Amino acid sequence: MSDVPGEPDTDEATVDTEPVVEIETRYGAPVTRSLDQLVLHPSVESYIETVQALHSDGFVMCIDLTAVDYLTRPKRDLPHGVAAERFEIVASFISHAARERVRLRVQVAVDNPVVASLFDIYPGTEALERETYDMFGIVFDGHPDMTRILMPEDWEGHPLRKDFAVGAIPVQFKNAPGPR
Amino acid sequence: MTTLDETTPDLGDDGRVRLRDDTSPVLRVSEAGADAMTYDDENDRRMIINMGPQHPSTHGVLRLMLELDGETVKRSKPIIGYLHTGMEKTGETLSYLQGPTNVTRMDYAAPLFSELAFSLATEKLLDIEVPDRAVWIRMLMCELNRMTSHLLFQATNGMDIGAVGMMIYGWREREEVLRLLEKITGLRMNHNYIRPGGVAADLPDGWRDDVLTILDTLPERLDEFDDLLTGQPIWRERLQGVGVINAAECLALGVTGPLLRSTGYAWDLRRDMPYLAYDEVDFDVLVGSYGDCFDRYAIRLNEIRESMRIVRQILDKMPTGDYRIQDKKVTPPPRARIDESMEALIHHFKIFTEGFKVPEGEAYVAVESPRGELGCYMVSDGGSHPYRMHIRGPSFVNLQVMPHMMQEALVADAVAIVSTVDPIMGEVDR
Repeated sequence: MSDVPGEPDTDEATVDTEPVVEIETRYGAPVTRSLDQLVLHPSVESYIETVQALHSDGFVMCIDLTAVDYLTRPKRDLPHGVAAERFEIVASFISHAARERVRLRVQVAVDNPVVASLFDIYPGTEALERETYDMFGIVFDGHPDMTRILMPEDWEGHPLRKDFAVGAIPVQFKNAPGPR
Repeated sequence: MTTLDETTPDLGDDGRVRLRDDTSPVLRVSEAGADAMTYDDENDRRMIINMGPQHPSTHGVLRLMLELDGETVKRSKPIIGYLHTGMEKTGETLSYLQGPTNVTRMDYAAPLFSELAFSLATEKLLDIEVPDRAVWIRMLMCELNRMTSHLLFQATNGMDIGAVGMMIYGWREREEVLRLLEKITGLRMNHNYIRPGGVAADLPDGWRDDVLTILDTLPERLDEFDDLLTGQPIWRERLQGVGVINAAECLALGVTGPLLRSTGYAWDLRRDMPYLAYDEVDFDVLVGSYGDCFDRYAIRLNEIRESMRIVRQILDKMPTGDYRIQDKKVTPPPRARIDESMEALIHHFKIFTEGFKVPEGEAYVAVESPRGELGCYMVSDGGSHPYRMHIRGPSFVNLQVMPHMMQEALVADAVAIVSTVDPIMGEVDR
């Protein structure tokens, strides 16, 4: 037990050389502001808890749920500690009492595009999650009817992915001969 | 009336569990599943039939899969996608200036609202504010458009319920307002009038008189609607107590607009989260008491009157000034300058070929369309095209409420329910 004065200080100093970024967290998720709009960045694991917390805090409605494919633009503005993945789930909630909106951006990896479904908290996300599955191929775990909603049932591919080409193809009918 | 404080924001545990199992009003089967469906002896009379997509009362190409017991709807499922043309994908290939031509084709009964949401989102990313006159012109146009949309509803709803004469009356009044919109924008529908930075053109000479003519003639015609429909016993029998829904269900299902307000829940973005200059005009948010088809009909009829009230105030308060922002980055030069200035010609050419660049970022902007909250989520990568452009169509989300309204209703009531939900398939399928 050497009582060298200043030793603990040097220990602390070495620890403190890491840049400390103060991140505000709310509802268990890092917070950023995008053009005056409140944005939360929960992880895939903590997504459901964050939404649950929002729901009990008066966010009565899940207004919108969609995704973005960042395949061709991997760099973007994310808070420290949130690793960018190819897909991002974007969900908007509204609190009527507080007249406030909040947006969730959840990073979803392409090799395991599975996210918990919000159906049990907000049943109105049923169609929105089906659309996101249809357009991006992101699967919502616990959804009661994870099927295509806009494209034909037997369609291959997910059109809003960035690697799905834009081009003219014949009008599609169910059970018709395939386009390619 | 339910106020904001006393609402119960969820359906309770029992309600939520029920949404999943066999007693759920939503028929969650695929087409192959519907073919293979078998019933036990007790439910032997049940069968699954299609309504639509070509049925005239399904408002375009909505298809409903109905599970019937005799003439009673047990479960149902709206099947959509027949009008899907990938407009969100197309939006990624069009510049911000071309964007409104795309989104205006989504909700074709209220095209100016999609243009407005798109333009507001772009302006938010650009961090610009449009001049006062542009704001008030946008409000004027949106309220006129709300009137045409609700008049169209009166026409189609009347025809669906069997008051076939309404088809002519509703259409006639709508055409008169559309004629004014055509005079201002150049087109009856799909105007491409509201654009990032302002509006496409100033109001034409004599616009004030034209608006006044409409404001003076329409109230009488709406009173005729009241005479023809509102008090009539057959009309009331067909609509009252049909397709009832409560506020908690609407909130849980994400339902907005007249459907939510019909339950007595006063929520209107124009009043509660004002955009444009809606905080400077007086109007009432109309609510129903029973959440049935009749309340939805009455709310839409009276919202036409409220819109006229707003339009009258806009006439008084319309400011002078520019109808679009004078920012060379986003605004093309005036036509006359192009003839005399080489730089103006180059400027014009560059804006219309390359488009203007929008700083990196993402934003969600919402407006109150005649059908509910119409939102635009836009992601910019710093280029001249949106990286992602998503429209939150109110009809798309509102459709989910149909099975809940239809459970235990008759097939004839299903027609009334489809009609008063008032979905526009262009917006549902995008």
